[in-house]
Amino acid sequence: MKHLAFAAGLLGASAAFAETPELTVYTYDSFVSDWGPGPAVEKAFEEVCGCDLKLVGAGDGAALLARVKLEGERSDADVVLGLDTNLTAAAKETGLFAEHSVSAEFALPVEWNDATFVPYDWGYFAFVHNADAAAPADFKALAASDTKIVIQDPRSSTPGLGLLLWVKAAYGDEAPEIWKGLSDNVVTVTKGWSEAYGMFLEGEADMVLSYTTSPAYHLIAEEDGSKAAAAFDEGHYMQVEVAAKLANTNQPELADQFLAFMVSDAFQSIIPTTNWMYPAVTPAAGLPEGFGTLIAPEKSLLLSETEAAEVRDAALGEWLDALSQ
Amino acid sequence: MAGRAQPVSAFPGSAAALLVAALILGTLGAVALRAEAGTGFGVSDWAALRFTLTQASLSALLSVGLAIPVARGLARRRFPGRTLLIALLGAPFILPVIVAILGLLAVFGRAGWLSQGLIFLGLEPVQIYGLHGVVLAHVFFNLPLATRLILQGWQEIPAERFRLAAQLDAGPLAMWRLLEGPMLRRVAPGALAVVFAICLSSFAVALTLGGGPRATTLELAIYQAFRFDFDLGRAALLSGLQLLLTGAAALVALRVSAGEGFGAGLDRAVQRWDGQGLLARGLDGFWIVLSAAFLLLPLAAIVLAGLPGLAALKGSVWQAAGNSILVAALSTVILLMLALPMAAAAAAGRSGIAELSGILGLAASPLVIGTGLFILIYPIADPFALALPVTALVNAVMALPFAMRILVPRAREVLGRYGRLSLSLDMQGWAFVRRVYLPRMRAQTGFAAGLAAALSMGDLGVVALFADPDFATLPLQIYRLMGAYRMEAAAGAALLLLMLSMGAFWILDRGGRWHAEA
Repeated sequence: MKHLAFAAGLLGASAAFAETPELTVYTYDSFVSDWGPGPAVEKAFEEVCGCDLKLVGAGDGAALLARVKLEGERSDADVVLGLDTNLTAAAKETGLFAEHSVSAEFALPVEWNDATFVPYDWGYFAFVHNADAAAPADFKALAASDTKIVIQDPRSSTPGLGLLLWVKAAYGDEAPEIWKGLSDNVVTVTKGWSEAYGMFLEGEADMVLSYTTSPAYHLIAEEDGSKAAAAFDEGHYMQVEVAAKLANTNQPELADQFLAFMVSDAFQSIIPTTNWMYPAVTPAAGLPEGFGTLIAPEKSLLLSETEAAEVRDAALGEWLDALSQ
Repeated sequence: MAGRAQPVSAFPGSAAALLVAALILGTLGAVALRAEAGTGFGVSDWAALRFTLTQASLSALLSVGLAIPVARGLARRRFPGRTLLIALLGAPFILPVIVAILGLLAVFGRAGWLSQGLIFLGLEPVQIYGLHGVVLAHVFFNLPLATRLILQGWQEIPAERFRLAAQLDAGPLAMWRLLEGPMLRRVAPGALAVVFAICLSSFAVALTLGGGPRATTLELAIYQAFRFDFDLGRAALLSGLQLLLTGAAALVALRVSAGEGFGAGLDRAVQRWDGQGLLARGLDGFWIVLSAAFLLLPLAAIVLAGLPGLAALKGSVWQAAGNSILVAALSTVILLMLALPMAAAAAAGRSGIAELSGILGLAASPLVIGTGLFILIYPIADPFALALPVTALVNAVMALPFAMRILVPRAREVLGRYGRLSLSLDMQGWAFVRRVYLPRMRAQTGFAAGLAAALSMGDLGVVALFADPDFATLPLQIYRLMGAYRMEAAAGAALLLLMLSMGAFWILDRGGRWHAEA
């Protein structure tokens, strides 16, 4: 396709075509896949920008940041979309990102006033289980039960790191005891979300670490109401996914336009049923129907980017100690 | 053999080996040089090193130990479906890791067939997670490979030797002492080294089946250094350690496996007169059935899971399948261009580097090779434009160790048998390669090419950093489907990948074995 377009550009040689500016957005791989928001976002933005939007998938959030660091100031990227608050502190440290000028009515459960990063969606981590099975009401009840869970490794997976910070945010210095209690519930630890979720669906565990929005996928896309997320009394840790403009972009206006577009209805209404997360700004038409059935945690937990960066290594050490016994 | 005149020059092979070594060490160096502040070797790294060595040694010993009776059974028996079984033996280790894990768990997991069967009988379900689970999974991946390598050793014993042994009424012990033992001493160390090297760089399998962070391997530590800490110095250090361990294992294997071959035969079909007793038949049957069940049940689980999704596969999956075939074809060509000269050089005994760099590809962390190539290429070219050639090249280097284990023993025999004759006929260089070397290497070349194509088809390799948005391979598409909750479609795509890999393997392997003896 790319070659065809290139050939068409050479042969057709219409001046307008040749001068179409290109905006390069680095994002995580599942965003650009056929089943993610990428294709619809690309179409919607190209209708209004008179540009060519190039979405480039690069692993997951952490791999994305590593990629941007490797490329440094010479990067072709204009915008990076798909970091979360666990990565933004490290991202700012690189000095590669520029401040934004976006303002919006964010529907986040927490206040948002970051000068560099603009949120585009968010979600709560939660344990997903079969709706017909009883689920524990908090981590202590989970540890006391013989419910089997499968989780992801915080060293290689974003949800895995989310769970680490969830326990830390809820229990602070008590976190090691919680992990010790959970160690006999953990069937195993996987490299990424897909392995864990696949194992859960195959019946290897009673619950899997995922998002409160996961049951919405089964309900809306598969018309299957058999999955539920367990509401935990400690509150649920959040993931806020953000984007930012690179300081060295050669398309600064277009990048700003994209960030503004990102919090507009056109973009936000695509998110719920493709990325299976809550949109950062509630679309005018509201959320899709199935989202009304999801649990709404009473308490939202989220460490600030500096706190997250500070406790991360110590929390990982506690986790490794407790689960390596 | 060093110093003896040979009809082929070691130069092209040594050059190819240097190229491979430069790629592996150069990318490692690029990562190390790019590093800023690095932390050294910590306590947790020692634990990772210990676990890595333990599981890799156990997996290698068990895989090769079990492969010996299985290969012996397959070498001695002829039964309907034998060729198909041997072909299917190639399947497990070409599967994407995530698919293989789910297949294994469908049989051995908490809710797997085995546990359900045991519960049905009123017994305790099996506990798969732990060191034994890691070893079980690695044996699942590598038993077939070890079996093929050792079976090949059996097939290289000329038919005349068995005939002579039968005429002399050699019993099982004599057979072992005169034919099988010496053959195994030549073949088994190499097989051990290869399996050890594969298991050394295991990560997702070890973590998942090991039941958690106590099953942390060096490769996971590398991944953590790169992803969690962005500490490239540490990633390079750990990757260098992996290379050293594999290099040491390879050197030991080469030292131990010395020994001359069995000399020339007339390429008659092998007929066996030994091992016809009831006990021998029973034992062979036991090992063949046991290994077939162990390998085929998880495959059956993958096929069963994939069938419903197969019919509903969409265009992008087929397109990815096309891309994967392209990568596999290109990577196979590159592999043969590297491996055939390297095997000749190694066989001529004048190129230790050919043997050594032939095995390093296994130990090199794909993440480090990918990152290193990216650092090297990024300043001068667009990584996306090079997605196809880079993926094919790295896949070829990763398949090189297998190809070398397949090709070198045969190349040694070819040179040993025909080298002096060819020299006396003044048939050297290209004439020798074209008239003697290549034709006599045909079966092994087909096997190596089939393996490379299948491996390349299933390998995610370095594509992550070089992922052209418009050039997704089938394994990548499987991961994307799973990431988007589409587990059924992913299972269908995995079945498609399995069929493509097996198809490529079958065609190339059969193509090499055009003569009747299988």
